[in-house]
Amino acid sequence: MSKRHDVKRYPGLNALNLAFFAYLYAPLAVVVAYSFNDNKIAGVWTHFSLKWYGSALNNPALMKALETSLIVAAVATVVATTIALMAALAIIRGRNVRYRRLSETIVNLPLLLPEIVLAVATLILFSLIGLQNGMVKLVIAHSAFCTPFAFLPIRARLQGMSLDFEEAATDLYASRWVTFRRVTLPLIFPGLFSGAMLAFLISMDDFITSNMLSSGGTTTLPVYIFSLIRAGTSPELNAIASLLILASLVLATTALLVAARGNRDRL
Amino acid sequence: MTDSAHHGPVTATAPRARAPGFWHNLAFWGLLPSWLLMGVALLLPILIIAAVSVATRGAYGGFEWGFDLSGYRQILFNEGWTGELEFTPQYLVIILRTLALAGVTTLICLAVAVPVAYHIACQPPRLKAALVYLITLPFWVSMILRVYAWMIILGRDGPLPRFLEFFGAHAGLSFMYNDGATLAAMVYTYMPLMVLPVFASIEKLDGTLIEAAHDLYGNRWVTLRRVILPLTAPGLISGAILVFVPSLGAVLEPSLMGGGKQMMMGSLIQLQFSGGRNWPFGAAIAMTLLVFVMIVLLLIARRATAKESTA
Amino acid sequence: MNQKAVEVIGVSKNFGSYQALKSISFDIRSNEFFTMLGPSGCGKTTLLRMLAGFESPDTGSILLNGREVVEIPPHKRRVNTVFQSYALFPHMTLEQNVAFGLENLGWQRSRIRSRVGEMLERVHMSQFATRKPAQLSGGQRQRVALARALAPEPEVLLLDEPLSALDLKLRQAMRDELRMLQRDTGITFVFVTHDQEEALDMSDRIAVLGGGEVQQIGTPTEIYEEPVNRFVADFVGETNFLPVEVLEAAGGMATVRTPFGQLIRVSAPAGVTKGAATLSVRPEKINLGDQAPATAFPAQVVNKNYMGGYTHYLLSANGTEFRASRRNASREGDTIPVGGTIAAGFAETSARVLLA
Repeated sequence: MSKRHDVKRYPGLNALNLAFFAYLYAPLAVVVAYSFNDNKIAGVWTHFSLKWYGSALNNPALMKALETSLIVAAVATVVATTIALMAALAIIRGRNVRYRRLSETIVNLPLLLPEIVLAVATLILFSLIGLQNGMVKLVIAHSAFCTPFAFLPIRARLQGMSLDFEEAATDLYASRWVTFRRVTLPLIFPGLFSGAMLAFLISMDDFITSNMLSSGGTTTLPVYIFSLIRAGTSPELNAIASLLILASLVLATTALLVAARGNRDRL
Repeated sequence: MTDSAHHGPVTATAPRARAPGFWHNLAFWGLLPSWLLMGVALLLPILIIAAVSVATRGAYGGFEWGFDLSGYRQILFNEGWTGELEFTPQYLVIILRTLALAGVTTLICLAVAVPVAYHIACQPPRLKAALVYLITLPFWVSMILRVYAWMIILGRDGPLPRFLEFFGAHAGLSFMYNDGATLAAMVYTYMPLMVLPVFASIEKLDGTLIEAAHDLYGNRWVTLRRVILPLTAPGLISGAILVFVPSLGAVLEPSLMGGGKQMMMGSLIQLQFSGGRNWPFGAAIAMTLLVFVMIVLLLIARRATAKESTA
Repeated sequence: MNQKAVEVIGVSKNFGSYQALKSISFDIRSNEFFTMLGPSGCGKTTLLRMLAGFESPDTGSILLNGREVVEIPPHKRRVNTVFQSYALFPHMTLEQNVAFGLENLGWQRSRIRSRVGEMLERVHMSQFATRKPAQLSGGQRQRVALARALAPEPEVLLLDEPLSALDLKLRQAMRDELRMLQRDTGITFVFVTHDQEEALDMSDRIAVLGGGEVQQIGTPTEIYEEPVNRFVADFVGETNFLPVEVLEAAGGMATVRTPFGQLIRVSAPAGVTKGAATLSVRPEKINLGDQAPATAFPAQVVNKNYMGGYTHYLLSANGTEFRASRRNASREGDTIPVGGTIAAGFAETSARVLLA
């Protein structure tokens, strides 16, 4: 032993951490393992089978829910990221901004308030003004609560970026628009990307608001899964869950790799 | 001695230095969309729900405008046939359960996150990055699936009952549909929210301070209690808020894990608004929940400003 | 009183494949101001951290007042450290910082209070007792760190480049203060620095470390005037390395032929043999013009740097360049033009043959 008394080491932490990571991944592993069970009763193992994946992929209701979720998430991500980018530019780069602090609080408000309260409040509003279109309702609500998730990474990136680059561009005869497009935007891209990814994820993941607002034709994926769970655990549900877990992990890894690449050539 | 300020207050009468118009407009037009969106989708609905909480219940669901505190009264009292009020603890129990489960979830997450985050912070950079990645990863998996995983684990024929049966427990065991099940799912779903801020603050901790504490005759326990914990307190507090606030509003965990009976405020609100139940009552519960969250946030904000003024 | 406060016996340490310390041995005497001097990466900080208990040697042993301490954790060693960054606890007041060690030692409350007061008084920080470290300047933090480390009356006080974060003026004042504090308390100070001037100024004895080995141990004068090898001569102070030929060497003296054609007898460390060798002559020991000794030779001025109190010359003779410096004792001191020729020479006692 080279470090006989490492003062930073506490006994038992290695074991605790191993247990912690096992705890983090074991539940997901269980779902995936159960999805390969041939038996109709998920908990009683008969033999290995991929048939539930087949039936999951041929489930039209599932595909419809997936489509709804993707459309809502895509639109909400674009809206939220655009609004967040504009707000971040105004708050960090704008001069003499009145109500700077208040504006920031307002943008972050969805993070602070319990989602269920916002969900029922929005439900009441939409029913008062008689808004019927399920898609529009979902997009408005999702855009609102996704905005702070897009805002925070963009803001952090912009804040950490020296004004020198933009001033250097201006000094080299770039107009404001050229400066924004060729200097500011590429430099904050990793923040923009993480923000958009987060917004997309939060929208795809949302249950509480979507459950309140969705009507017949606009069931999102989590709402559909909720109804399946309510109907009882089934091996097909496990297969669906496994596919979604796989998709999330791939998406997350891609996102983190892109973000890491963006940070690489930071000065 | 001449005092120039007495003679000509030149600077005061000069026109105020103005930033170039572009930036001025940028601030206005840049913030406008977010104000509009948040106004329509957030502030307005909150005002409306506050109004609905004091409205009258409609005859066929929904509500009618008015001023009626029966929504709030109903939280504690049941109105009898002749209009007399009878104390019913039914909803108070739900409120207390909500506070208790959110509190216990926060404490468990804190107790686990501190040693785990500390250990990760002590690792060499590459391993550290990998471990942080591994903690973030499950968080990307949909919340509903993470709760569902615990339904499988705890439910009948699930791995945990099977494991216990192997050691002699009777067959057909299930750990579902009680507060413990709800707690298990809440701890699991909110854990990353605690570990990440706690890790961030522990990582910033200057290692020589730990060495200095040992150098000055402090053992590991003294160092933890008097140096590590006080210095990482801000991270612990922000982690606690990040877990406690969403825990108060939890919906999925109680409705899936707790079954129909073991409700929390979130699932109670949801119930009142689905299928044309009692909207003013639901709104009153929602306002109560909002007040709880506001109290927590105000306490934190006061603490933060108090800290700033003493520093 | 020449007791040994610290004995380092055959200590070695590897970090991966890198040999930080290669079987080092030396003693530190009680009540002395001992300095470990060396460039970064020479192993001095590793050695200091071993004395404190934050690192353990791969082999060898360390004795504190005759007691083996390698197995003893830092919080049980009567040794305190002044950290390079001071490591004051930012959430505690100065009083609380100074009291921390005493509390852990289980002192009585009243005794702690009076000791804390005494220590803050000693470093002139009494009026700031209830402030927090963030409200202090660098020099003030330095003083508190000293008070905190000295309060428990350690057997040995370790100082890890404590002056490096201060500005130049403050550094000079702190040197005097540190030296006086050491004399007053009588505590053994082990000081680590890469600044040779600091080491020469403050120390009773200096260990010059380089490449994970002790190059030389001695008083400041010994280190400066009688460096044993090229590394020490080069690292401590400035010097000229002149290629010479040793004609005869015995009994600590050698006869050498300089590149300027002289035959001189100079001091030499044991181990110098006949053949090519290096002669070290410090620039200030080379006398110019009318101050030059009888053995002087003509040299051409290649360049000069006027420094106010001194002028540094780059000279050339017989195709060998060397440096000399001269104190400007009067206003007309600096009159030798670049390109001109001047007599240069040095006393035989000022030069030294080096190993390697």
